[in-house]
Amino acid sequence: MTEYFIQAFIYLLAAVIAVPLAKRFGLGSVLGYLIAGVVIGPVTGLVGDETATIQHFAEFGVVMMLFLVGLELEPQVLWQMRSRLLGLGGLQVVLTALLIMAIPLAFGLSWKMTLTVGLIFSLSSTAIVLQTFSEKGLSKTDGAKSAFSILLFQDIAVIPMLAFIPMLAITELGSAHDTFTLVGHLPGWLYAVVVIASIAGLILAGHFLSRPLFRYIAETGVREIFVACALLLVVGIATLMSLIGLSPALGTFLAGVVLANSEFRHELETNIEPFKGLLLGLFFITVGAGVNFSVLIDHLGLIVGITLGVIAVKVLVLYGLATLFRAKGSDRWLVALSLAQAGEFGFVLLSFTVQQNVLEASLAQMLQMVVALSMFLTPVLFIIFEKVILPRYEVKSNSREADHIDEQGQVIIAGIGRFGQIVNRLLTANGVSTVVLDHEASQVDNMRALGIKSYFGDATRSDLLHTAGIDSAALFVVAIDNREEAVSLVRSVKANYPQVKVLARAFDRVHMYQLRLAGADFIRVETYLSALELGGQALIDLGFHPFEVESKKGSFRKIDAAASDVLYEEWRSVSEGERFGTNAYQLFKEFEEKIATEMRGDRADRHADSERSWMPPPKGCYTTELDKTQS
Amino acid sequence: MSNKVLLLFAHPSQRRSEVNLPMFRAAQQVEGVSCVDLYGEYPTFRIDVKKEQQRLLDHDVLIFQFPLYWYSTPSILKEWQDLVLEHGFAYGGKGTALRGKTFLCAVSAGAAQTAYQQDGYNHFTLRELLRPLEQTARLTGMHYLAPFALFGSRTAVEDQCLPVHIQHWTGFLRALVNNQIDIARAAQQEHIGDDWPALLLSAPAHQVG
Repeated sequence: MTEYFIQAFIYLLAAVIAVPLAKRFGLGSVLGYLIAGVVIGPVTGLVGDETATIQHFAEFGVVMMLFLVGLELEPQVLWQMRSRLLGLGGLQVVLTALLIMAIPLAFGLSWKMTLTVGLIFSLSSTAIVLQTFSEKGLSKTDGAKSAFSILLFQDIAVIPMLAFIPMLAITELGSAHDTFTLVGHLPGWLYAVVVIASIAGLILAGHFLSRPLFRYIAETGVREIFVACALLLVVGIATLMSLIGLSPALGTFLAGVVLANSEFRHELETNIEPFKGLLLGLFFITVGAGVNFSVLIDHLGLIVGITLGVIAVKVLVLYGLATLFRAKGSDRWLVALSLAQAGEFGFVLLSFTVQQNVLEASLAQMLQMVVALSMFLTPVLFIIFEKVILPRYEVKSNSREADHIDEQGQVIIAGIGRFGQIVNRLLTANGVSTVVLDHEASQVDNMRALGIKSYFGDATRSDLLHTAGIDSAALFVVAIDNREEAVSLVRSVKANYPQVKVLARAFDRVHMYQLRLAGADFIRVETYLSALELGGQALIDLGFHPFEVESKKGSFRKIDAAASDVLYEEWRSVSEGERFGTNAYQLFKEFEEKIATEMRGDRADRHADSERSWMPPPKGCYTTELDKTQS
Repeated sequence: MSNKVLLLFAHPSQRRSEVNLPMFRAAQQVEGVSCVDLYGEYPTFRIDVKKEQQRLLDHDVLIFQFPLYWYSTPSILKEWQDLVLEHGFAYGGKGTALRGKTFLCAVSAGAAQTAYQQDGYNHFTLRELLRPLEQTARLTGMHYLAPFALFGSRTAVEDQCLPVHIQHWTGFLRALVNNQIDIARAAQQEHIGDDWPALLLSAPAHQVG
């Protein structure tokens, strides 16, 4: 028991010291974990051989991560990704494998071995890349989405690779298939049936059974049982997938996608998230701890050479493909640099190839160092991306390309000047997610400096509104400071997205009517309420009672709103949108008189609209008529 | 002849409501009941007097639904009374608009029923505490019924008695709409609860406890 405590203590202590330091120096948490692993492993020897066992356990973090990724992806989003998934992902694996295969082949190594090596190095590290993306806030960028499609394809590709590699085995030595599955002995067609049935069952169960189950669990109100249930779900799917010989990561990913629409999605996310984080951290530590210094030192030049070569080839292929698939500017580099390392499945495949006698143990060990080293270099590549590549694509002027927007907000706010800012502050303070658009780059920069997530872009462009999520937005707030553009924006939004409610800021009454004609659902003239407030204060200063002033302001607004409706009709009939006709001035005068009468007035013994307080009954009635009312 | 029931609901923080909001939602499903969320309709307390008076004219039964705050209604219901029950409308020589209508409160009380008695820590029964409303009903000529009450409402959800209470609530509302409640007997109760079926016109009188 004590032994376990000591081990746990060492791992946790290493992580707690190394990760914050790494973050402080801008290296990212992944590099922090890796360094922690190196320190407690090969450098100080605090941990030993058990790291390999722990690594297998910690690989489960990857499975959990894919479950969470799945939760974020609704089925239709996945479907939209299909071309990137197959095109980008498929070409990446094939091209990289072939190129990497070609180089050692030129030196006369057997094609079977080099093909195996090529396949292994074509994979990238889902764990490192996705973790780093979310840490650096890059997850929603276009580049990160392309990278994710590739990673997803790779995770799926591992399955056929595991099936394919034994065929490359050095035949005299035979194969030693020892993984535990229920379907190993089945004929091909039956195996396919089992696989399809399992996946169909998984999707159906996820869709129909999970909700009643979660509701039942949630009703118990015992929080840890919900956590247990969430874990059970992930572990259960992983087990099922292993039993039928599929990738657990793929299975949980699918389950995540199925549950992405469920009302328990956020609950599941919050429950699994900490486990995922810790397990992934543990995984990175074990990678660090597994670095074999003697192998590394003996073949230092070769290992470094191969690593740099692999990275170079992968960057080349990825950059080319990203260009082919029309990624823009910095996104190309993000795809190329983020995926340039070899992945954690490399470790799995390498030990598998040794078992299958495809590669010699000594070569495999060296290649393992290459995988580990390339993973070590990934944070460095990210730093290059951030410090060298990104600044080149950021031109500080209004001529710059519109920011790419990937936030799907409930509310889109066009214009973040003095008006939009207040609207946005009220909404975000109440937990409403907003997407803020402004066409002035300096304004966006100012807002970002204040920590307000805003995007550069001209809200009057329909494609930008589309990426800002207007299709799924509930509300659209128009607060741009150009009268005519505001009106045409309202008109086009209402024409194209009639389901979106439009709230607009008007400069004055005529502008308000123009916006109303354009179809805005709710309009406020920017000066009206503040002027009313100030007028109210003036009355108070003149000796009116504050509560009475409040009532009078209320009635003023009520009558004015009614007047506004009448004037709108008048404006519309006469002027076709430019100015008021002479009749309107007459109407306006009448309303002013009406307001004045109302403010003075008493409706006999009833309430005047401008009064809002208990009205005493007429004097003397207490003794006479009230007695009569009670029988 | 069926009755038109007007339900005026007052709850200022519905996000926290465990009992009243579900009751209100359930009432909205009952045909013949017009449901008004007062705080929702008048968030600034600017009650539209004419509109509210018209509502009263259009209905036969008036219900205040509220959680008991300091032995009384939440403030907007008091504001509503102050403004809407005007002289010449609800009382006074010509104020006969409410005569013959029926009035009751649907109340949730946090404490257990045992607290609402002379030797309990609230010292008065719920009906006694609601006397101002009873007298208001009498002055305006309405039939006052005992409050439809849920005691121990703070733990109603945990005690799992909410679904049953809501079932009784909607059943009672339906009976009011269908004019099946024995008004005279309902007026004599201390409060009305799960035993409301005994107040049905068809029920034998001795069942009432």
